[in-house]
Parts: sequence; C-alpha cells; structure tokens
Amino acid sequence: MKLKFQKHKPSFSSPFWVTSIPFGWLLLFFLIPFLIVLKISFSEFRLGLPPYAPLIDWAKEGVLTIKIDLSNYTFIGTDFLYLFAYVDSLIIALLGTIGCLGIGYPMAYSIAKAPPSKRTILLMMIILPFWTSFLLRVYAWIGILSPQGYLNTILIKFGLIRIPLPLIDNTFATVLGIIYCYLPFMILPLYSFLEKIDHTLVEAAYDLGARPFQAFLRVIWPLSRPGVIAGSLLVFIPAVGEFVIPELLGGSQTLMIGKVIWNEFFTNRAWPVAAALAIVMLIFLTLPIVIFQRYQEQQMRFFDAD
Amino acid sequence: MQTNLSPSLRVFLTLGYGFLYLPILTLIIFSFNASRQVTVWQGFSTKWYLSLFQDKILIKSLWVSLQVATSAATFAIILGTLAAIALVRFGRFKGRGLLGILTTAPMIMPEVITGLSLLLLFVGLEQIIGWPQGRGILTITLAHTTLCMAYVTIILRGRLADMDLSLEEAALDLGARPFKVFITIVLPLISPALISGWLLAFALSLDDLVIASFVAGPGSSTLPMVIFSSIRFGITPQINALATIIITTVAMGVMIAGWLMHRKK
Repeated sequence: MKLKFQKHKPSFSSPFWVTSIPFGWLLLFFLIPFLIVLKISFSEFRLGLPPYAPLIDWAKEGVLTIKIDLSNYTFIGTDFLYLFAYVDSLIIALLGTIGCLGIGYPMAYSIAKAPPSKRTILLMMIILPFWTSFLLRVYAWIGILSPQGYLNTILIKFGLIRIPLPLIDNTFATVLGIIYCYLPFMILPLYSFLEKIDHTLVEAAYDLGARPFQAFLRVIWPLSRPGVIAGSLLVFIPAVGEFVIPELLGGSQTLMIGKVIWNEFFTNRAWPVAAALAIVMLIFLTLPIVIFQRYQEQQMRFFDAD
Repeated sequence: MQTNLSPSLRVFLTLGYGFLYLPILTLIIFSFNASRQVTVWQGFSTKWYLSLFQDKILIKSLWVSLQVATSAATFAIILGTLAAIALVRFGRFKGRGLLGILTTAPMIMPEVITGLSLLLLFVGLEQIIGWPQGRGILTITLAHTTLCMAYVTIILRGRLADMDLSLEEAALDLGARPFKVFITIVLPLISPALISGWLLAFALSLDDLVIASFVAGPGSSTLPMVIFSSIRFGITPQINALATIIITTVAMGVMIAGWLMHRKK
C-alpha cells in the first residue's frame, strides 16, 4: 500500500481547478439532470410549455409548499402496456447479450490466438464498424430483411420459399440488430482478457491429461470471466434502453421501454410520465450499473498499479 | 497466447467478419443502382450521389453536425484530460470515487435517459437563469461533450497509467513547475491518445441521434436526425449513397490514424 502511494506521488501539486472543472461539469450536466427527472416524475401533467406543474410552489401566504404527485407512478403501475414494455426490454436485451457472447467469444478467442502481425488488422476490422454510423448499420438490415429485401429475394429465386418470410418488424429482427450493433462492445473486453492468458497454463492442463473441452472449462473460461462480465454489461445496459433498433426493425408490435419513453415524450408530450418511466428503468438497471462500475474501478486500479 | 488456429475457428472467424461486413457491403453496392427500387439491380449509376449534393436540408444538417462534433470533441478532450489526470495522479482525494463513477456512467447510460434528463435541465435552467436561451447547436454541443468526455477519460486514464513517471519526477526534482512539466513532458507523451480520443469523440458526436433529438431545437437538426426522418419512410438509394460516403470517409480516417500510430511506434 505504501509503495503504491509513493508511485502515485502527484507530479503536479493537485491544483483545485484540475479536479473541480470536470467535476463541476459532470455535476451540472449529469448528476443534477437526474435529480430534475426525479423531480418532474412527481409533478402533474399540465398543458402548456413546459408541460408539467411546478413541484415547489409559493402559496399565497408565502409558505413553501411541496406538492408530490404520485399519479404518474400509479398510472405506470396499473397499465399493463408499460409492464409488458419493461419485461420485453429486459428479455430482448438479455437475448441480444447472449447472442453477442455466443458470436463474440469464439471471435475474440480466435483473434487472441492469431499471429501478432495479424491481430492488429483483425482488431481494427472489429472496431471499424463501431466508428461508422450506427443508424446506417441498422438501416442496412431493413434492406436485407424486409419482404422485398435481399434475403427473401434470394431465397425465392432459389425456390427455397414461395412467399417472403416475416423477417422484419418483430422481436427476431430487434435481437439480430442488437447483436449486430453491439458485437464490438463484447469482443473488445473479451479479447483484452483472452490475449493475456499465458498459454503454458493451457499446455500444462493438456499435459495433465485434460481434454480440450476440460482445458477450456477449467483454465480459459475462468481466466476470461472478467471480460465476459464487462462485455455482457456493456451490451446489456444500453440495449435495455435502446430506441433506434426496435423503432426501425421491431415494428409496431415490439414495445421496448426506450421507444415507449420516446413516444410519451415526443408524441403525447407527457413529460412527467416519460420521466417516471425513465426513473423506473433506472431502478431496474441499478444493479447491473453498480456491478459494472465496481468492475471498471477494479480494472482501472489494476491498470494504475501496473 | 498464440497457437495455430484450428480450421473450425478459422471458418468461424470468416463467418463472423462476414456478418459484420456483408450488410455494409449491400449498402455500398446498391448505392450505385440505377433503379429507385433498392432491391432490384437495373444497371450502374451515380445519380444518387449527384442528388445528394442538391439536397439543401441534408447539406445544412451536415454543417450543423460538423460544428457540434468539432466543438464537442474539443471540449471533451480538455475536460477528459483534466478528469483523467485527477483520477490517475492525485492519489486519494475527497470525491475521487464519485468522480470515477460520474466519468464512466454516461458511457453505459441508455441514451433515452441521458437525452431526456439533459433536456429537462436546459428547460429548467432557462426558466431560472435565462440560459441557455432556447435550444440548438449550443445545447447539442453541451450534451455531446458530456457523452464524449466519458470515452476520452477512459482512453487517457489508460495512457496516463501506462506512462513512466521517472521523467516527470526528474523534471520536478530539477525545479520545473508542475504546469511546465505538463506542457513539455506529459502532453507530448499522451498526444497519440489525445488524437485518438478526439477522433473517437468526433465520430460519436457525428453519430448520435437520440440525445440530439431531445436537446435540439427548431432549425438545428443534425445529420442523423435528417437521415432518421427519411429512413422512416423506407429505404431509398439516396441514403445508400450517403452511407457509402460516410463509411468510406470513416474507414479512410481510421486507416490513416492507425497507420500513423503504427509508424510512430
């Protein structure tokens, strides 16, 4: 512990502003906005702009009154549509995460096993789609999956099917879109752990008579587990609140909560309901976010201590 | 860890990359299709590219996006560098834990929540102090800075932690002021990370639809917002042409950046 402190001897005497500028920024533009969302979720819907009643009011006698209105939450709780949207979001995000892991793990493993000269280019090819427009990559799948799309056209041409398969505007397309868009987020953390594995450990397992599957289960998988956790959370958390993918690929029957919040906000102009929906979603996501944060801090400390 | 790839892994890797790139390839191929019907090939044509340049709304939104992305990436680099220095070099200080959480949270927070909360902040601020007046390029830039800062901080934290401290310590021992040490020693050493961080922030800002939709005002639609509203009406070859331009630009940028970094090593 003492050594670590010495290593971290500040190279510049911690000036107040170095810390306070980013800190102040994040307080103002990240933390306080959540408190406002919380506040507005407890206020009444009202026609006008902004479309909500003020929470804190100065009554005529000059007495501060705070009106807390729980109706937004009871409204959400009693309408099954919202409940279904939450359940669907969690299921779709979970399926997307499993899909990413299923495709991403073997890919990350193969890249880590490739000769070092090829690894750079293979990794760059994983990152490249992440840099190009998210929206356009989702859009590409509309062309592939729609009834007159490339896939159905090819299948009909080869006589495999007669009428187009319903590939789009459903849960299947939404999950596929999530797997496609979030795959790099799964592969990169997995790769960083798989690459570090000392191959002599695997060889030792073989020498001791382990079969390939046993060696994988007993040696490789446990050593890569932090990468599995990080990658899965990096996919799962944003996927629960995804809007673009269910909107473009899910059709009207796929109700994910991100889409519901968007519609409440933009179409119905029900800001307090949208705020309450966002708060409930955050409550669902608290546990995964806390696990991710703890993991991230451990990682960083691990880097710092190197 | 390195051994020879078994044939099955090789096949899997090929399929995986096929999955990543085939959809992008279809976009590019059909951007040169003469037919308005996107799925039927009717000969080679570049007319959709020409029609792009005459689309005034599209050009205007591109201009808005470029302005936002340039300033958001620049602010994010400054704030992210400060945050990374505080987290890596100041040891333990009051609020370090909170700062660590706040810098990574925007990265994983669902965009719908970030967008909604920032809009409510801007509306509230305008009511109380009259700033920011209305919503537009300024509010989108502030929102994107917050998002991009998270990514920049992570990149720079990694870089700063990897750095050899002896140079800085030597300079300090020889009597250099902390600020001078930062300018002459730390800054040149972290410059590759600064460049890649800036580029990533720029790309993220250029790409964002959800947050921008919440905090944009009338007349300040960004490029993704315009693309999104036309995609909702179905697929058009014009969007394919735009996608091709964006993808080739980004691919070239990433390759040049990668080549430069590689050469520096």
